[in-house]
Amino acid sequence: MPGPLDYCIWVLCTLLEAGVVVCALTRGSFRRYLTLNMYMAASVAMSVGRYFVLSHYGFNSNQYFYFYYYSDAILTICLYFALMGLYSIVFEELGAGTYVRAFSMLLLGGTALFTYAVVHQAQDRMVTRYVAEMSQNLYFVGLVLTYVLWGAVLKLRETRARVVQFVLSLGIYFSLYAANYALCNLYPNVGPLLSYLPPIIGTLLPVAWSYAYLRFDEDARFAPARLAVIPR
Amino acid sequence: MMMGLIFNFSLAAMMPGIILVVSLAALLQFFISYCRSLIAASVKQPISADVRDVTGIARTASGEDFERVIQLLRLCPAHPHDRSEIRAIGTYFRLLGFLRVSAGKLMPSLVSWTETERGQCAYFAAVALERRIAFSRDMLAEQMHT
Repeated sequence: MPGPLDYCIWVLCTLLEAGVVVCALTRGSFRRYLTLNMYMAASVAMSVGRYFVLSHYGFNSNQYFYFYYYSDAILTICLYFALMGLYSIVFEELGAGTYVRAFSMLLLGGTALFTYAVVHQAQDRMVTRYVAEMSQNLYFVGLVLTYVLWGAVLKLRETRARVVQFVLSLGIYFSLYAANYALCNLYPNVGPLLSYLPPIIGTLLPVAWSYAYLRFDEDARFAPARLAVIPR
Repeated sequence: MMMGLIFNFSLAAMMPGIILVVSLAALLQFFISYCRSLIAASVKQPISADVRDVTGIARTASGEDFERVIQLLRLCPAHPHDRSEIRAIGTYFRLLGFLRVSAGKLMPSLVSWTETERGQCAYFAAVALERRIAFSRDMLAEQMHT
């Protein structure tokens, strides 16, 4: 059963996610970064849905378990769309956005099939294993896609400060989640200890995106070559 | 059939390990780039003579200045937007210190790189201090006005 701290983090995370949408609206950037803002709005809706399922069926119920993991998988897919939105923004001048979106969708489908093929070998608790492993793989593919996008940002010398901040914070978010799920799969016994991490990691993305909206104007520019770990 | 089963089993067992290692490596790279993007936003902002006097930063900031500037920052009322960025840069500064101590002996070029980066962290903190002082002055002026 979640304790007061869990509820605090949950409420904080939901408020921060709602804050991103409010920041985007007040800064007049809602439509410009539509997929990112829609993801945040979906996160708020899922949080409310999780609360209702939790209060109706209880923490240890199957309904809550499935709702939690499946809503997590749906949100990850929404995050893919947010990532594709960023791809479109970065590649808009090259006119290659359609190809990138098609490739991302293929990758998404491929991840789902690959996870099914791997878990299919272990017949025990197949559905529960599938959702946990699916989340891990989705986050990892998200991380790879973000890494490719970051490479494109450096290569194309993308200078928009907000776009750079969105991409980098998304990279941190995906890598933390993928590492967390991988640890849970490697060491199932420490799962309860690691269960505190996802809600805390979940607060990072809304904080970083709100910061990007508030701190930088749409016209603010960086020299991205200076941000690379290996100087270019 | 047997070989296929063994392959699938080992793949299922290895995947989380591979994902963990790759994720941590990517995390490090994204985190460094993110912190550098935060620093890059402040590096062009000049700091006033007052802040230079208070912080002891004469011309270019060095890593040694960071802790002192952070202590001064703690004395100022917090600015609503800078808490998370200061925390991130503090973590980056400690990471650089760890890199300098652990890998510096093997790679001498890393020492000068980390020192430059630590200096920029200190400059970033000085800019944040400048912002907080301006924020406090504005708040005080507002109170005096009301």
